[in-house]
Amino acid sequence: MRYTIATLVEDKPGVMTRMAGLFSRRGFNIESLTVGKTDKIGRSRFTIVVEGDERILNQVTKQLQRLVNVIKVKHIENSESIQREYALVKIKDQIEKRAEILNLVEIFKGKILDASDETLVVEATGNEKDIDTAFRLLEAYNIIESIRTGKISLERGKQLI
Amino acid sequence: MGKITVAKAIVKALETEGVKIVFGIPGGAILPLYDELRNSQIRHVLVRHEQGAAHMADGYARSTGKVGVCITTSGPGAANLTTGIATAYMDSSPVIAITGQVATPLIGNDAFQETDATGITIPITKHNELAINPFEIPKLLKKAFYLCRTGRKSPVLLDFPIDILKTKIEFDYPSSVKIEGYEPIPHLDHHLIEESIKLIKNAKRPLIIAGGGVITADASAQVFELVEMLQIPIVTTLMGKGSFPETHSLYIGLMGMHGTKYANFAVQHADCILAIGTRFSNRSTGPLDTFARQAKVIHIDIDAAEIGKNVNVEVGIVGDANDVLSKMISFFKQSGFNRPGKWGRWNETIAKIKRRISHTPEPGMRVPYIVSELYKNYPKCIIVTDVGRHQIWSAHFYKVLEPRKFITSGGLGTMGFGIPAAIGAQIGNPEKKVICIVGDGGFMMTCQEIATAAAYNIPIVVLIMNDSRLGMVWQLQDVFYNKQYSAVDFKKEIDFAKFAIALGTKGIRIEQKEKISEALDRAFNSSGPVIIDFVVKKDEKVYPMVVGKSLEEMIE
Repeated sequence: MRYTIATLVEDKPGVMTRMAGLFSRRGFNIESLTVGKTDKIGRSRFTIVVEGDERILNQVTKQLQRLVNVIKVKHIENSESIQREYALVKIKDQIEKRAEILNLVEIFKGKILDASDETLVVEATGNEKDIDTAFRLLEAYNIIESIRTGKISLERGKQLI
Repeated sequence: MGKITVAKAIVKALETEGVKIVFGIPGGAILPLYDELRNSQIRHVLVRHEQGAAHMADGYARSTGKVGVCITTSGPGAANLTTGIATAYMDSSPVIAITGQVATPLIGNDAFQETDATGITIPITKHNELAINPFEIPKLLKKAFYLCRTGRKSPVLLDFPIDILKTKIEFDYPSSVKIEGYEPIPHLDHHLIEESIKLIKNAKRPLIIAGGGVITADASAQVFELVEMLQIPIVTTLMGKGSFPETHSLYIGLMGMHGTKYANFAVQHADCILAIGTRFSNRSTGPLDTFARQAKVIHIDIDAAEIGKNVNVEVGIVGDANDVLSKMISFFKQSGFNRPGKWGRWNETIAKIKRRISHTPEPGMRVPYIVSELYKNYPKCIIVTDVGRHQIWSAHFYKVLEPRKFITSGGLGTMGFGIPAAIGAQIGNPEKKVICIVGDGGFMMTCQEIATAAAYNIPIVVLIMNDSRLGMVWQLQDVFYNKQYSAVDFKKEIDFAKFAIALGTKGIRIEQKEKISEALDRAFNSSGPVIIDFVVKKDEKVYPMVVGKSLEEMIE
């Protein structure tokens, strides 16, 4: 199972090291990890996707909470939340295939952000599945570089971390 | 009040927090603090190696329940502390480490004696901080003490660059500090206590496992009351030794890899276990898949992360053992529970096995005999052990009746812990007798601190079990590596009595069993530190030992 965990932390040096150290030391299998500032000054928020079972989820949550710089940890149910990921894909292909590629990009509601003689940079956003689909569709072409941000997530409705 | 330097602010904070003694070694980056310590009532013990300072602070903390403080310089000073900090961390001992650091403009330049002290100690401290904002330092110091002594007690390290130490600040020491997201005493859910009581009442073979957490939470009185009230048998882990009087009829014994047959029997056959302040370490449980298969487990721990970490539990209660047990006792009373004889047959089954096994060690130059002679003639001492076979023998043959009287490196298993920890314990307990039991291997790892004991006339009695080899490792090779011994023999015997004398203490060398008690008398009647070098029989193995797939598969 994959679990999404939101973690609100103090925006201080060393917090990232503490979290990374915790994951490697305890052998947690992290699928993705994103971090960014929040609306509150001095607060950053991590979205961590961890692979494992209920026991692992439980341990990751509690071990994170033990860190003094960690303010709050919450498991976010996928069905109760909005999840977004962002990807950039660079494709090197013959000019004559561009129309095809443009059509595909249209299908997954992506954008072309850059075009040169030989390359295209495609942007894709959506949930994990959307991004997977984008990659699957673009696989037929010559992908020479790509990057995914990893997931960020907010709960629906009035729920807060 | 006018402005004072950060160095002086640290001293004032230590004084305000009630620190009477610190252990350390000065060096370049920490000199502003040492300059201020001169003018303070705080006593400083100059040690011979920084690891010793950390173990002393730890021994002081474990034996008194107060925070132990150690101070070193940057670079090697900080690096040398790490074994001591890790030892304290594994056994949840409240230690504060203060380290000097190179000046802030030099940080990251690989300056002389620069090391990333906070980086190194992230996994072995509850929290650490590099003090870069001088104006936040009063709060930082308060926070360090608060974190160290609340919740799960643990080491905290503060790293002070030398230019920060010299900076002048307004010193306004806060009386409390709030840390967002840090809840040292979580809300206690009464429903869980009721649930636990139901499980215990319905049990046929209930058992209490008391761990080190009972001692750190000062919950021994509650455990005692609960055991007496319910007439439930109790075992302890190595760290829990002393949490319950070992001479009590309901005390079964030490559980675990080197536990007693009957304690492990009780664990494996119990149908309900109330585990208090134990993290179910592998040395206590043996293989987890066979551990206490019949038992529904109720687990009380101050650290939420410990619950369900190693052992699945029926009920997990996060809280201070002292509070939780007090509530549990009053709930039991309210519920009108009054069947102390309910588990008589279960108690008798365990007692029968216990009676079958003899406990009187054969006389000889053997560790069990020496320890039992010590216990016979000098009970009620504070025993500090090192790590190895003597540690297990000490646990088996020296009965402890009170908490904080058996001090040992259980989690990290740090050889070299014994001598400095004993010095720390003796300084914290001047009215009590502190005995250090140590092997020759571990003794040599921190033996330089004997010079510290001599310099300050700290009257510890050190019993070296000298077999000129790494005995526990030898035993592991004997049992698990088909008697293929590798790098366990020291080849040349050391006369530790002469060594003791050279360092300025008294030294006695004993090679005959007839002289054991006389030597103990001499040491106990001495006013300063004494080392007795017992030349013990080689080839002796410490049993019982779990060798199989469960706690019950033991060599006896």
